[in-house]
Amino acid sequence: MNKKTGWTGMTVSLLALCALLVLAACSKKDNTEQSSNAPAESAAPAQPATPIDPATVATINGTVKFDGTAPKASKIDMSQDPGCKGANEAENVVVTGGDLANVFVYVKDGLGNRTFDAPKDPVVLEQQGCRYHPHVLGVIAGQTVQIKNADPTTHNIHPTPKDNREWNESQPPSSPAIEKNFAREEIMLPVKCNQHPWMKMYVNVVKSPFFAVTAKDGKYEIKGLPPGDYTIAFVHEKLGEQDQKVTVAAKDTKTLDQSFKAAAE
Amino acid sequence: MGTQDPRGTPLKAIATPYNRGHHRLAVILACWTFLLIIAGALVTSNDAGLSVPDWPTSFGSWYKIPQLVGGVKFEHTHRMIAQGAGLLTIVLAVWTWRVEKRRWLRVLGFAALGTVIAQGVLGGLTVLFFLPPPISSAHAALAQTFFCIAVAMALFTGKKWVEEQPRVEFDRRRPSLFTLTLLSIFVLYVQLLLGAMFRHHGLSWWPHVVHAVVVSFVLAWTAVRALTVYPQIEAVRRPAIMMLSLVIAQLCLGFTAFLTRVAWGRDAVQPELPMVVSTVTHVAVGALLLASTVILSIQVWRHVPVAFEERLPEAQRDPSAA
Repeated sequence: MNKKTGWTGMTVSLLALCALLVLAACSKKDNTEQSSNAPAESAAPAQPATPIDPATVATINGTVKFDGTAPKASKIDMSQDPGCKGANEAENVVVTGGDLANVFVYVKDGLGNRTFDAPKDPVVLEQQGCRYHPHVLGVIAGQTVQIKNADPTTHNIHPTPKDNREWNESQPPSSPAIEKNFAREEIMLPVKCNQHPWMKMYVNVVKSPFFAVTAKDGKYEIKGLPPGDYTIAFVHEKLGEQDQKVTVAAKDTKTLDQSFKAAAE
Repeated sequence: MGTQDPRGTPLKAIATPYNRGHHRLAVILACWTFLLIIAGALVTSNDAGLSVPDWPTSFGSWYKIPQLVGGVKFEHTHRMIAQGAGLLTIVLAVWTWRVEKRRWLRVLGFAALGTVIAQGVLGGLTVLFFLPPPISSAHAALAQTFFCIAVAMALFTGKKWVEEQPRVEFDRRRPSLFTLTLLSIFVLYVQLLLGAMFRHHGLSWWPHVVHAVVVSFVLAWTAVRALTVYPQIEAVRRPAIMMLSLVIAQLCLGFTAFLTRVAWGRDAVQPELPMVVSTVTHVAVGALLLASTVILSIQVWRHVPVAFEERLPEAQRDPSAA
């Protein structure tokens, strides 16, 4: 190899490396900006709840379906912890006879400036059989989430939010419930256990009590909705979000079905 | 050629006695560090980095060993091996200070100690701040830096290095082989950072994959130069062959890791055995590749120095001054 070609080779390699680093930095910038735009940590000061006339409220219900052949549930290997003895199928896409479970349905838009009090009663998140129950949870911002461990092994509860505060606490067997709340709205906030990597669930933090999670039969019901025009969002952890617009009159009961197709490969 | 420097004076063996126990400790530290790198890779590959949520204690205790099940098995074992590495480094640094006549090696012993302390702090910070990609990646990169220091100390304290007279041949080619070895270390280090950022969710996979082409080119260039021009110098030939073999193995392992983790394992509900084995082996072979390149660079610096006249500015190239 002569002197000239040697230096040329090295220069080309260095230029390629510089270009690569610049491109990598640019692709990362988007994520950084997104997180820096996140709202401040402190929750907004509580405003008095807007009254709703119970004589006029409406109901929205329906069924969420899965279009096409449902993916086969992945098997979970729990052998790394003898304290884990539960069902061993993943819950990321649960389809029973075409009905899709674990879809979070909520009023995404249409409530205007209405405010709602966080209920005093906590919602419960149970760890049993080294799985979370429920797999998808809805909670109002500021409402207490009570986390219990019914397993004979230690879990750690680790939410990885975008807009709320991240935390990670371990919970040995028979220890008292951990009580937490989430200050800001956030849909499909992942929660995981780093001791048992298959353990994942999603908390949905919303401002209003108008939400539901589809059961195994794909059904949901949202009650107590004041008359108005709304956007209803159907959100699934793997299949994404689909929205529908709906108008409800006083004392209406409207059926709003939805279907999801398999995510594109 | 081989025993005279450009000024005509014979090169002498280093005036320091070989200390077998000291050298063995350096070798043990290097092997222990390699084990530690594998243990660390197992933590990341099993997504167990936060299974012990506190630091510097483990579940509030300084000494109690928790039940080693689930992710705790990987994380706490990693912490215990790391404590062992810290202790070995303290002993090696003190021993080096006491028995070693080469001042720079005494300093290197304490540099190793400083590095292992910094590494422990980075490991703690990454737990306390929930695995931020820059800190986790710095932790991964410093681990391999420490491994290279430990390997270099094992080399410098070895019998061959201490007692044998180096066979020297001057390098008049440009870029010099020494420059190529430094460039190889640089591109490998960049590759290490890109890989660590991908593993810790700070970057996409493609910068690491694209840069693998640059690494392969530079390392192949370096190895071919070493093996074609200086095949007669064993101290250069052996690490060059090692480096070339490892880079080929590493490319195959990288491809396997890509298939198991990115292509096939995208929707896996938990880390599966093929993805854990392929990524941990990829990390381990990557550490060996960096260390063998560092050894090659050291041996080239010793055995194939840049010709003396090239080191001096033109005005000072007066043979009578030599």
